Amino acid sequence: MTEQLPIIIILGPLLGATLAAFAAWFRPRLSHPLVVLGLVISSAAALKLVFIVADAGAQKYWLGGWGTKQGHGVVGIQITVDHLNTLLLAAVSGIALLTSVYTRRLVDTELAGRQRYFYALFSLLVTGLLGITITGDIFNLYVFMEIAALSSYALIAYGRGRAYMAAFNYLIMGTMGACLYLLGVGFIFAKSGTLNIDDVSAIIPALGQSQALFVGFVLILLGAWAKMAFFPFHGWLPNAYAHAPTASAAILAPLATKVAVYAMLRVMVTVYSIDYIIHSPGIQSLALYLSSLAIVIASFFSLTQTNLKKLASYFVLSEIGYMVGGAWLANKPGLTGAMYHVVADAAMTSALFMAIGCIVYRLGQTQLDDLKGVFFKMPVTMAAFVVTMAALIGVPPTCGFFSKWYLIQGAAQEGVWHFVAALLLSSLVKAIILFRIIEIGYNRVPHPAIKGNPAIPRNEAPLSMLIPTAAMALGLVALGLGTSTLVNTIIAKALPAGLAP
Amino acid sequence: MEKLIANFNYVIVVILMMIGLWSMLAQKNLIKKCIGMAIFQTGIILFFISIGAKDNALIPILTEAANHTYPVSDASKVANPLTQILMLTAIVVGVATLGVALALAQKIYQQHSSFDEDEILENERK
Repeated sequence: MTEQLPIIIILGPLLGATLAAFAAWFRPRLSHPLVVLGLVISSAAALKLVFIVADAGAQKYWLGGWGTKQGHGVVGIQITVDHLNTLLLAAVSGIALLTSVYTRRLVDTELAGRQRYFYALFSLLVTGLLGITITGDIFNLYVFMEIAALSSYALIAYGRGRAYMAAFNYLIMGTMGACLYLLGVGFIFAKSGTLNIDDVSAIIPALGQSQALFVGFVLILLGAWAKMAFFPFHGWLPNAYAHAPTASAAILAPLATKVAVYAMLRVMVTVYSIDYIIHSPGIQSLALYLSSLAIVIASFFSLTQTNLKKLASYFVLSEIGYMVGGAWLANKPGLTGAMYHVVADAAMTSALFMAIGCIVYRLGQTQLDDLKGVFFKMPVTMAAFVVTMAALIGVPPTCGFFSKWYLIQGAAQEGVWHFVAALLLSSLVKAIILFRIIEIGYNRVPHPAIKGNPAIPRNEAPLSMLIPTAAMALGLVALGLGTSTLVNTIIAKALPAGLAP
Repeated sequence: MEKLIANFNYVIVVILMMIGLWSMLAQKNLIKKCIGMAIFQTGIILFFISIGAKDNALIPILTEAANHTYPVSDASKVANPLTQILMLTAIVVGVATLGVALALAQKIYQQHSSFDEDEILENERK
């Protein structure tokens, strides 16, 4: 049974999506429970695999049993769960499960009357994201990338109005990214004759210095950067996430970009190797400069925003800079920080967008000025919001502190001081924004505890939204406290051997 | 120059991709962007097919499937089937993407009565 677990991770949401789409025709109320059921199965399998991988190492699975015949080489598609992706698989499926429960009420009010296919698309998006994470085949990765992308265009376009144009721009950028990736795969295939990641990584060192492989690497890198909205390609993201329905943003923002970062990490660490990256002329310092620029520019723009959802989208952009920078430091603490931050940031962004969703549900507004008195109206939501912001800033017991600690350590070791400065600047900006929100939400109304001031009635979001939000916020602290266990038992083993300490 | 003529298919691939990329990024008309996207994808399809093609190649079908005695030494005379299969998938993906793009363009047109990006952005700012 346990050898089938890897495929069950994908099958859960895939079957959920198919059944939900059929159910939407004749019994629309069924589609939500079907999707939740699929995600429960998927996240249970992913969680079990974390323990299996920690105990017994990488688990490989050949689809349909193909590829195990000797003498024929690799025929089929392989899916792999190893130390690099097992945590992300658990995070993606777990966050998707919580979000699917959380978005129910939000969808009913925000998309009233047209929510029929929402959960089918939701589940299909999760299928794509899990597929990108689990696959051991570079062409299969492209297919899953497009499954995830197509469903996310539709999820964004649910927002109507400006969302259509935002989704169209995302589609153009996303397709360009996917096409560049595919072209890069073509170069690798022409040189190595295989698409299996394990095979490619065994063949590439034997080919020596090859221009075609280098071009392929650059194309894949550019494709992944366009998909994750890294600095020069970031234009589509803020509009897409701000104009999308809050329910769509709650699933897209935490997961879509993070999974693209994972794809980049996989190509850098496994397909090519860290050795290859260090010796590729110029890219390393270019990527590090771009990461710093991404962080600085996103931080600067987030200061000028008045819309809460757009503000959060700029946070997503700056976090992308953290991860790409950490990966390109290409030393032990840098890569550890990047791999840990992919998971941590998925959780942080999820908690952030959940808290914002609760505020939107009750206040119906997302402008900063509308937050007056919100701390009295929604104390639990705002407590979760403050914890999340603390994690984003990097306050010690939360997971945000540890990833930032690893990243700064790695940058200092390489002497990349501009990256250190950008990280600190980003924390500072987030602290400023947190205090600005506290000022608006707490101080701009007469304090209700003082006699003579009007009382502010409590008006929390419904429990089905509040519990996932609070759980995510507590999860950030739990993840922070469990950092050393995660890093020692899993992430440390995902690092390539022979890496400078 | 001789190299270019011998590999003229790759030259066409590059030209196609440049046309596609240019019209995706520089054109203001949404439909022209969609067309550019399709051309870009066609370029990639041609690229993959070129990788797998060989002069005077046979179709990759096992003639004696029963006993699996396919002579390995003949692999050089058989076109690589994998690239063609990959491109079948890529064509499907491309059609789906184009469909979604056109649906979005239609929605935008219903809203703004225009396909021009500048006009739409100006409308949205109002």
